[in-house]
Amino acid sequence: MVFFPHRHLLGIKGLTEPDITFLLDKADEAVKISRQREKKTSTLRGLTQINLFFEASTRTQASFELAGKRLGADVMNMSVGNSSVSKGETLIDTAMTLNAMRPDVLVLRHSSAGAAALLAQKVACSVVNAGDGQHEHPTQALLDALTIRRAKGKLSRIIVAICGDVLHSRVARSNILLLNAMGARVRVVAPATLLPSGIAQMGVEVFHSMEEGLKDADVVMMLRLQRERMSGSFVPSVREYFHFYGLDAEKLKAAKEDALVMHPGPMNRGVEIASEVADGPQSVIESQVEMGVAVRMAVMETLLTSHDHGERA
Amino acid sequence: MSHTVLKNVRIIDPSRNLDETGTIVIGDDGRILAASSQAQNQGTPDGATVRDCRGLVAVPGLVDARVYVGEPGAEHRETIESASRAAAAGGVTSFIMMPDTNPVLDDIALVEFVQKTARDKAIVNVHTAAALTKGLAGHEMTEIGLLQGAGAVAFTNGRHGLSDSLLLRRAMTYARELDAVISLELREKYLGNGVMNEGLFASWLGLSGVPKEAELIPLERDLRIAGLTRAKYHAAKISVPESAEAMRVARNRGANVTCGISINHLSLNENDIGEYRTFFKLSPPLRTEDDRMGMVEALADGTIDIIVSSHDPQDVDTKRLPFADAADGAVGMETMLAAALRLHHSGQVPLMRLIDAMSTRPAQIFGLDAGTLKPGSRADITLVDLDEPWLVAEGMLRSRSKNTPFEDARFSGRAVATYVGGKCVHTL
Repeated sequence: MVFFPHRHLLGIKGLTEPDITFLLDKADEAVKISRQREKKTSTLRGLTQINLFFEASTRTQASFELAGKRLGADVMNMSVGNSSVSKGETLIDTAMTLNAMRPDVLVLRHSSAGAAALLAQKVACSVVNAGDGQHEHPTQALLDALTIRRAKGKLSRIIVAICGDVLHSRVARSNILLLNAMGARVRVVAPATLLPSGIAQMGVEVFHSMEEGLKDADVVMMLRLQRERMSGSFVPSVREYFHFYGLDAEKLKAAKEDALVMHPGPMNRGVEIASEVADGPQSVIESQVEMGVAVRMAVMETLLTSHDHGERA
Repeated sequence: MSHTVLKNVRIIDPSRNLDETGTIVIGDDGRILAASSQAQNQGTPDGATVRDCRGLVAVPGLVDARVYVGEPGAEHRETIESASRAAAAGGVTSFIMMPDTNPVLDDIALVEFVQKTARDKAIVNVHTAAALTKGLAGHEMTEIGLLQGAGAVAFTNGRHGLSDSLLLRRAMTYARELDAVISLELREKYLGNGVMNEGLFASWLGLSGVPKEAELIPLERDLRIAGLTRAKYHAAKISVPESAEAMRVARNRGANVTCGISINHLSLNENDIGEYRTFFKLSPPLRTEDDRMGMVEALADGTIDIIVSSHDPQDVDTKRLPFADAADGAVGMETMLAAALRLHHSGQVPLMRLIDAMSTRPAQIFGLDAGTLKPGSRADITLVDLDEPWLVAEGMLRSRSKNTPFEDARFSGRAVATYVGGKCVHTL
């Protein structure tokens, strides 16, 4: 029996350093499986995974689907999208309906913070948070950590600069929690309008200049800037944002020579990142996608095999 | 009805600054004949019902100045009758009902409907606060004079703020001539567009924050306009010490202004939200522990005039949702007294001040015939056991809605009997 004392993965909060290391080690194994010609295992044969996506996300959903299938689970996708019905009402009603179908794991993406926690209270199976509002996106932080660990050999004492729209980013929150738990040094670089209140107490160093924030960094993690936030409401314009905060080859020079460039995708080329960098030698953006499948395999296998998922009343 | 005599009772009457053990005699007309230590020496009238109240405290029945009811329009959450039963159980003998109903109480016919329903069905005194603007939309003022004539005791924009400063100035100018009280909630619609207190905790939860300034800016504006118009203004629910300070400053300028706070903001803080517990989603949002402590001090020194329950029944359809999508509000009439007594037990607020803030003072501000045990006044009396331990359980609430932030809370002290007009409407 494996040692992982959690039934759900709702966030990085609540995970300890050994929990995280356990998942990353397991994900390393999953990478090997994914690189074999025969990629399918029977670990989760007979179990049902439902991907419940209230927000459209082709890549995350595909990644979870592939992960489930490689483990031999039956995978069903439900894309609820933005229906006209009150989103929250749909969440609980849909959850109860799905619960009655006796799935073994529900993967939830929802636009409201806390949605995964709410779902976990109402259903009998494991819940994996695939992003809830501006709260957390734990598998993204795990895949980022795996990417870094494989490239740098460790997570402790490396300097990671998270740049861009931290305010609205669940990816940033999960990464801050995870990297701190693993002993990394975390910086955030953003205009003050894109930083949450109390950011300085979140275990990070705060910078408003890319040059200073990237100095000696081992990893430069860029965040996506949502289109509706570009023109006037949070930053004056795309042009001004790119000028000060867009990652190009010139700004990247401030970081260590072998610094990794990361992005959770989908990228806005020419907004937060220049193509020369996104496609350049330091970019590990494609590797992140590969690690995503491996991490999700590790998470689902761990949740579904470390707890009793036999007969339920 | 025969006479009722409450013997050996500790009488606390803020309207007379009286705290002594004595006797209360209630006449057959439902009015108080005597309430003091001297009354002990008077003979007991023939046929009177005598209750030995040794160990109990008699206070003027509580007056709750901010209560939302579902009738008309959302009777599944609360009716006027069920609200009155919740009130009686909490020692509340009079409450002021907000106009946020469907339809909105912005017309004399609707105010009359509420008064009639209350007369027929409610077991406590129900007063109405009418809408200050038609449909609470914030564009046109209602018939303040006629509504007052129909019985409205205050004018408010309910849960909605009022953005139009010019309209507010005119409404206050007009209301001044009628001596009407204007009572507003404070939430600037742009800055206040969040779902919990702004700060580190909200940031970790990924929830949008409401800064204090979203309350302070409309409060400062309202206080300035109240000064300009010399109207009676009441800030319905303040939540941060800076607002209490603004009240002090305005009073020093001579403005005729008062303010209240919800019992929740004296008892709870933002950390109670925990993992997205929607019963703690309130407006204004729960603030920090430092803010709460500051508000307790401001209550003790009288800067904050009154405590309200801000009783706001919500059902699963509006609360069993992700935090940001859930409705604001919590029920509170049944727990207000017990929660307030915590401040007495902790020695932070004198008992006399607490009773004043929940009875005498709100009755004065809104001109109600309540809040006193003076001979001749209506016998609205709450008998309190200051120390009785009890535990709040959902099933015991009389309110139709169970959205209490005090579920499983341990309290010391509660109302053991409630008299309205001399009639016992609640007894444990």
